[in-house]
Amino acid sequence: MGAIEVRGLVREFKKGPRAVDGIDLTVAEGEIYGFLGPNGAGKSTTVLMLTTLLPPTAGTATVAGFDIVKQGAEVRGAIGAALQEAALDKFLTGREHIKLQGSLHGMKGVDLKRRGDDLLERVGLTDAADRKVGGYSGGMKRRLDLALALLHNPRVLFLDEPTTGLDPQSRTALWDEVARLAREDGVTVFLTTQYLEEADALANRVGIIDHGKIVIEGTPDELKASVGRSSVEIEPHDIARLADLERTLAPFGTPLAMRGGSASIRLNEGVGDVAAIVRALDAEGIGIHQLRLREPTLDDVFLEQTGRSLEGSGDNEDDAEQ
Amino acid sequence: MSTLALQVRVISERSVRRTLRQPAAIIPAIVFPIMLLFVSSGGLHAAENLPGFPNVSYFDFALAVTFMQGAIFATGGAGTDLATDIDTGFLNRLALTPMSGAALVIGQLGGAIVLGVFQATCYLAAGFIGGATIASGIGGVLVLYLLVILMAVGFGALGVAAALRTGNGEAVQGLFPVLFVLLFLSTINLPLALIPITWFRWVATVNPITYLVNAVRSLIITGWDWPTLAVGFGVALAIAALGTVLSAAALRGRLQRT
Repeated sequence: MGAIEVRGLVREFKKGPRAVDGIDLTVAEGEIYGFLGPNGAGKSTTVLMLTTLLPPTAGTATVAGFDIVKQGAEVRGAIGAALQEAALDKFLTGREHIKLQGSLHGMKGVDLKRRGDDLLERVGLTDAADRKVGGYSGGMKRRLDLALALLHNPRVLFLDEPTTGLDPQSRTALWDEVARLAREDGVTVFLTTQYLEEADALANRVGIIDHGKIVIEGTPDELKASVGRSSVEIEPHDIARLADLERTLAPFGTPLAMRGGSASIRLNEGVGDVAAIVRALDAEGIGIHQLRLREPTLDDVFLEQTGRSLEGSGDNEDDAEQ
Repeated sequence: MSTLALQVRVISERSVRRTLRQPAAIIPAIVFPIMLLFVSSGGLHAAENLPGFPNVSYFDFALAVTFMQGAIFATGGAGTDLATDIDTGFLNRLALTPMSGAALVIGQLGGAIVLGVFQATCYLAAGFIGGATIASGIGGVLVLYLLVILMAVGFGALGVAAALRTGNGEAVQGLFPVLFVLLFLSTINLPLALIPITWFRWVATVNPITYLVNAVRSLIITGWDWPTLAVGFGVALAIAALGTVLSAAALRGRLQRT
């Protein structure tokens, strides 16, 4: 049995669409599962249900072998969670957070102090432990949040967009710690993210969710292989020639969603086409400002599955416009 | 210590700690009622000459009002903090632990009680500095604290219920002016029999706050007025019961964990 087993999970909100629309997934023990999707796709609602904070409308799920509806207390005892936006009390210190949460978990005395000190050291907050959280940086808050989630030695860890808003350095530090937890401590990690590189760098397997449904699932390499071919993105010298550029590129592959000022195609043949493309553009007199050749990424997977690019796809309203 | 008692203790501790670390939230709750006491007793002391006015200084008469204002501040304090916890997601953090819902509500009220007692001590000190005496003596001061605690629980529970129902700090703050209007439509400025306007007297008669003011005031200026105390404690208990029932109902809606 997997550490997380989800079958036909649904959550409907009053007067709203189905935030989660019948998802199935299995996460093996010790695996890092990346749940990837844009804002409003249903990631956080799924996490709230799996962490027992929100009852599902339909479907079943077990976490650490316990039913999320019938055995809520047992599930909560086996999981740790760092939910969105590191919910901390800015008037309390890091150590006071540890004490409060540890006490509510029934930990006390020397055990709690030792465990707290260990975790604070592990996340690099020993020096800041007695400072009020209001003065912490975004990265420090996330690290404290992670330490709090780990306080009672959970077997399954839920991280809801753990690095949103973090600088690259803090993000990498958090990735290292999460990877270490899975590798060395055998903790199962369910991670939601809207960052492709995060899922790519960290997850053993990725499920892509859009409009409440899982559209594709697999290892990052499998997913990228499913898209197959490389793509090329070209920015013309003269933006007025963009339409000519697109027309010239058309015979070489399938057009992809564009960022402003450039044209992209998924190459029919592969990298070998590039020389022919350059010659064709030269013949048309279209100057090249920049040419980027890209191996398939998870963004390409997302694009292929949903017809939209994940990068900058924003919230639901934006989705509707695209 | 039982699990519930331990949970209540740590949640209360946190509630008190975070309030003490927000001087901007606690200083007005202490300074404002004391200022109002000195201002109103300075301006309204002519009322002492009204036939039927108790044979005490207006300052002694008005001292009871500070305790009422303190109780109303308790509503805001307990509720606003909880609304903030809901808004930031801190409540979810707590909900993921084995914390019981009862511990959350009682813990929050525990914080309100500690602050209520602290406020009451400040008001009493201000009263003594202003020359007030407590007619019911030391025993009366203890009963006064008991009433203050009961009012902190009652008004605090109303604030907690509003926070759990709305999850919105502004909505909780919105209770504050309503309670203040109720306070001014009570016997804070004059005894019931001396209120000249008929509708005002009628509103003050049905206003539960009147009976809380009268009970606190009786301890300060009358001595042991058992009927007034019984009605005052009865009203305080009723408000506490109402607040608790509303909080419990709102908690079920807010804490949907399985």
